[in-house]
Amino acid sequence: MNYTNSIKIAVNAIRRNKFRAFLTMLGIIIGVASVIAMLAIGQGSKKSIQDEMSSMGTNMIFVMPGTDQRGGVRMSASEMQTLKLDDVEAIRQSCPAISAVSPVVSSSGQAVVGNNNWPTTVYGVNDEYLGIRKYEVETGRNFSDREVQTYAKVCLVGQTIVENLFPDGENPIGQSVRIGTIPFKIIGILSEKGENGMGQDQDDLIMAPYTTVQKRMLAITYIQNIFASAASEGQNDEAIEQLSETLRRTHKIKAADADDFNVRSQAEMVQTFSSISDVMTGLLGAIAGISLLVGGIGIMNIMYVSVTERTREIGLRLSVGGRGNDIMTQFLIESILLSVSGGIIGILLGLGASAGVSAFMNWPTVIMPMSVIYAFAVCSLIGVFFGWYPARKAAALNPIDALRYE
Amino acid sequence: MSKKIIQVQELKKDFHVGDITVHALKGINLEIEEGEFVAIMGTSGSGKSTMLNILGCLDKPTSGTYSLDGVSMGGLNKNELAGLRNNKLGFVFQSYNLLPRTTALENVELPLYYNTRIRAKERRERALEALEAVGLADRMHHMPNQMSGGQQQRVAIARSLVNDPRVILADEATGNLDTRTSYEIMTLLQELNDQGKTIIFVTHESDIARFMKRNVVFKDGRIVKEEWVKDRFNAKQMLADLPVDQDVI
Ligand SMILES: Nc1ncnc2c1ncn2[C@@H]1O[C@H](COP(=O)(O)OP(=O)(O)OP(=O)(O)O)[C@@H](O)[C@H]1O
Ligand SMILES: [Mg+2]
Repeated sequence: MNYTNSIKIAVNAIRRNKFRAFLTMLGIIIGVASVIAMLAIGQGSKKSIQDEMSSMGTNMIFVMPGTDQRGGVRMSASEMQTLKLDDVEAIRQSCPAISAVSPVVSSSGQAVVGNNNWPTTVYGVNDEYLGIRKYEVETGRNFSDREVQTYAKVCLVGQTIVENLFPDGENPIGQSVRIGTIPFKIIGILSEKGENGMGQDQDDLIMAPYTTVQKRMLAITYIQNIFASAASEGQNDEAIEQLSETLRRTHKIKAADADDFNVRSQAEMVQTFSSISDVMTGLLGAIAGISLLVGGIGIMNIMYVSVTERTREIGLRLSVGGRGNDIMTQFLIESILLSVSGGIIGILLGLGASAGVSAFMNWPTVIMPMSVIYAFAVCSLIGVFFGWYPARKAAALNPIDALRYE
Repeated sequence: MSKKIIQVQELKKDFHVGDITVHALKGINLEIEEGEFVAIMGTSGSGKSTMLNILGCLDKPTSGTYSLDGVSMGGLNKNELAGLRNNKLGFVFQSYNLLPRTTALENVELPLYYNTRIRAKERRERALEALEAVGLADRMHHMPNQMSGGQQQRVAIARSLVNDPRVILADEATGNLDTRTSYEIMTLLQELNDQGKTIIFVTHESDIARFMKRNVVFKDGRIVKEEWVKDRFNAKQMLADLPVDQDVI
């Protein structure tokens, strides 16, 4: 038998049964496309979380107050007053693995400029805070250590503040913004950071010297958080170690007692988040696997459903002189043609769906070449196998048995 | 003296259905010479189709020997049998067995696809010739479901002719056709026989059997009677004599 004839026979058989061919291809198309799209969504969200996290600085460490058990009365976290300015100083003195440290106090309030007002949060920090949080000053300048020491009423504002308090596009630098009863002079504008991984607007904030916020706005002596930077990413664990030691010492905590503070690091959070998104990718992969399976079963079904009709066809072809090999070649070519073209359409559809998801739903998607190759290979192989295998069985029958098949 | 094209000796065929064994053929001896036109007759279940299927190499006997054109079938493998079906035999099925959704022309072309010596152009020409021979050239682009039973039967006959076989085997080829169409098909077969083709025709209608040269009667898996037909019918003549208004009834 020559192959031109086999190809002609196969193409004719497909041409005569376009609907059956379409159904067969559909299984493969859906299988391939859904696997590609699922994994693209999974990978996309994982990558965007990772990017987000590392843009916040993976060497960031922060300290929250913990339960002060010495008083015997448990208090809610916001009321806890275990962190002091002295702690910041001690950390600066005795933690060589920490390169920058800043106290944080914050106050929510209405920011007002002329007729415009906007509810926001004022963070009281020192001049090192920008570096720790990876914020940058776009125009103007950061406040100086001297301004911190002198309780200066100066501030830096984020882009969201600028948009809402200066809607007409005036230059905010040098203008005054009133928060509560206190007017602050704007000396710098922060560059845009966008939303963080949890959907918070990182540009909706005002930064001022912590002294000013602490004394003039909140009238407190304690601080709410401490933010610090490890000297390098590799020194994260060392830095956390040193910081905890220092705080236990300054807080006079006995070896047997629990800490009255909590230390968290960005690296730790990145890990948590990426393991969460690993789980998510795994889940999506499982869903994709199930779609593959469903697609595969679909392909199998349509092949088996058509097997009665096709067994008669095979019987007829055998009875007019087709050999077993001719029949198998025909069915192999048919199922390769259907599976490969179905697979290619599936790839295009999968890529299209991924692009659509990121365009219309704003979900980040990342196409992994391996997922494309896998999905295509698995579906095509299932298609080819189940197209060919029943034919192989039928071609081994006596012609008359194949003709009589029911 | 013509040569013997079919020689069958002590041919037996059993079918096993569950625990029961059906002895469909119980020792058949039959010789057919080249150019013969033989009717295989008998009641329903007497083994006619079973015999014809074995003669057409579509099925294998349980025991006994069968030689076609001097070649013993027992020693041939599947591919060699397929080659024989392709080159020497033309089979007409009672139920036509045309490929659905496939034009008459393509159905007739089918056996030629499995003959590597025949190129696309010749394939088309020979299929057209065969369709002309059965008077269906104008229907070559019609699908089976767009044709009457008789027309489908004629397409099936054209398909059995297209490879220029030595022997044509037809199973109840006029079984469900009206008188006129039956006569048309008999006319065609008698012409082919006159051109030298050996034809074996299964039927249970004794008046149809009178178009053939020899009748072999089966009963219960055995040959019970063999006779040469006297006063053989001439199909062309009878077709011409058929009253025209018979069509109207
Ligand atoms: N595939 C089969 N399996 C089991 N028994 C079979 C099979 N084919 C035929 N038989 C049996 O063999 C016997 C002969 O059957 P066959 O089809 O040859 O009869 P026939 O003479 O062609 O009858 P009809 O005129 O009704 O077509 C019957 O008893 C039938 O039941
Ligand atoms: Mg029969």
